[in-house]
Amino acid sequence: MSVDVDKSAQPPADAPPPHPEPIKAIPVRHYGRWVAAVVVLALLALLVRAFASGNVNWDAIPQYLFNTDILKGLRNTLLITVLSMVIGVVGGVILAVMRQSKNPVTSSVAWFYVWFFRGTPVYVQLFLWFNLGLVFQYIDIMPIYKDEWSDFMTPFLCALLGLGLNEAAYMAEICRAGLNAVDEGQTEAAHALGMSHGKTLRRIVVPQAMRVIVPPTGNEVINMLKTSSLVIAVQYYDLLQAAQNVGRDSGVVVEMLILAAVWYLIATTVLSIGQYYLERYYARGSSRQLPLTPLQRAKARLAGGFNRSAGGAG
Amino acid sequence: MTSKIVTSETAGTSGGPMVKAENVHKSFGSAHILKGIDLEVAPKEVFCLIGPSGSGKSTFLRCINHLEKINAGRLSVDGELVGYREHNGKLYELRDREVAARRRDIGMVFQRFNLFPHMTAVENIMEAPIQVKGESKAAARERATKLLDRVGLADKAGNYPSQLSGGQQQRVAIARALAMEPKLMLFDEPTSALDPELVGDVLDVMKDLAADGMTMIVVTHEMGFAREVGDSLVFMDDGVVVESGHPREVLGNPQHERTKSFLSKVL
Ligand SMILES: Nc1ncnc2c1ncn2[C@@H]1O[C@H](COP(=O)(O)OP(=O)(O)OP(=O)(O)O)[C@@H](O)[C@H]1O
Ligand SMILES: [Mg+2]
Repeated sequence: MSVDVDKSAQPPADAPPPHPEPIKAIPVRHYGRWVAAVVVLALLALLVRAFASGNVNWDAIPQYLFNTDILKGLRNTLLITVLSMVIGVVGGVILAVMRQSKNPVTSSVAWFYVWFFRGTPVYVQLFLWFNLGLVFQYIDIMPIYKDEWSDFMTPFLCALLGLGLNEAAYMAEICRAGLNAVDEGQTEAAHALGMSHGKTLRRIVVPQAMRVIVPPTGNEVINMLKTSSLVIAVQYYDLLQAAQNVGRDSGVVVEMLILAAVWYLIATTVLSIGQYYLERYYARGSSRQLPLTPLQRAKARLAGGFNRSAGGAG
Repeated sequence: MTSKIVTSETAGTSGGPMVKAENVHKSFGSAHILKGIDLEVAPKEVFCLIGPSGSGKSTFLRCINHLEKINAGRLSVDGELVGYREHNGKLYELRDREVAARRRDIGMVFQRFNLFPHMTAVENIMEAPIQVKGESKAAARERATKLLDRVGLADKAGNYPSQLSGGQQQRVAIARALAMEPKLMLFDEPTSALDPELVGDVLDVMKDLAADGMTMIVVTHEMGFAREVGDSLVFMDDGVVVESGHPREVLGNPQHERTKSFLSKVL
């Protein structure tokens, strides 16, 4: 951590101390670090050589990177990730508020929901949604809608319900922790000003809870992106499914799996960057000074940050 | 002196006492905290409340704006019962919305400030007028700026609470309460979380407010403030009012043993 220390004590004007000589000393040599670096690099080189000499058709990867089927799969993966997270977040907030409710029925229903969905594997839940057609022949929401179950429960809907409802259980716990982290004095101050329960929650409590909620939610989004590859269980055409199909049809199975991994990496990297800026936004007011963004830091360094003092006080 | 913010309406409309407590009791579970409080606060009065820790001062203050519900007795603010409506001799509990509406007229200042950390000083002050009274942003900002000026913090409008000293935060908190144009202000040990050198600034703002005719109930350990500004003073111990009177009388010539021993410790 670098700390600004140059804004401190001006020497008294009457007795200017001589500017001290910069210390010249021979730095400690870290031989261990050099050895470790060499060993790691050697292992890496072996790994690269193994893959390079393996029977991998590397050219296929850039060639298929923007293949229409692959892109369709990628689009579906992103779509199901975003929509499942929307269901997860909305459901999570509702469940968290239900958990805090004074009504024992609502709070225990919320507890039960979280217990069930966190206690069973999402893969099993996806299969359950997919196979519910075996027990229900029709869907019949009395006056509004009636259809064959199999027409209604498309792979898309199975994937969405499976991932979204499961996510809601996790988001509920994250939201609950966030709401509990806000000091009770905040609610009291808002109530004392005449704000209603709803307004207090919306304007005062939730924005502060966000600081606690956003970082783990960012992780959940990244996790969801990867977990969404399980929707293969309900035959939804996602990135992984597309990569497998293309790979099988063109005889480049492993290559397409690597390509899928590349796309997942690109997507998670973009999400991580987004998360950084989101966290920064919700941290406002919580510390005296926001940390600089990487861009600002680079600019500051270019703009001649040579007056930075070398030593850092803590 | 800047313009007054205490108008004739804010000094009470009922013509009677601003706060009237008759035999007020409050328990938390089996713990009996307030054991029959009787007192009256007149409009424009500065009413000081002192007493040892745990005697129920904060609890009583919180009952006045219904942050706590009383268990027995009657408590009214400006002629209206706190938390209830009386009709044909029966009490009806107020809905949350009605409770909130009554609280608009009562400002409260907390020991630990409780400013909203995600809003700047000026936004803290603007929040309730906009959200509760439906005031326009521009009008709220104008008033907030005036209030900040009044508490001597015109240049700190854009600071977040974490960028303010304790004394500055408490003055913003006072301005925030004043923005709702309350007819009664409750202060719960407003200076006891502050470094000694910051206490004076906050007390000055409160003195100003008293001079403008605001009705104030002040829980405090600042006996100097009570003596100088207070119109009456109550000594509470163990959930009852032990002694009351003019601050100079009670502080200078306490009648009860308990008052004497408490004062000998704090003076
Ligand atoms: N929500 C609560 N639940 C249970 N007990 C409470 C609650 N609030 C206060 N009490 C108890 O009521 C008693 C009086 O508390 P109160 O905060 O009113 O004291 P006080 O006179 O303000 O003291 P201090 O000078 O330390 O602020 C204390 O014994 C406290 O433990
Ligand atoms: Mg107290």
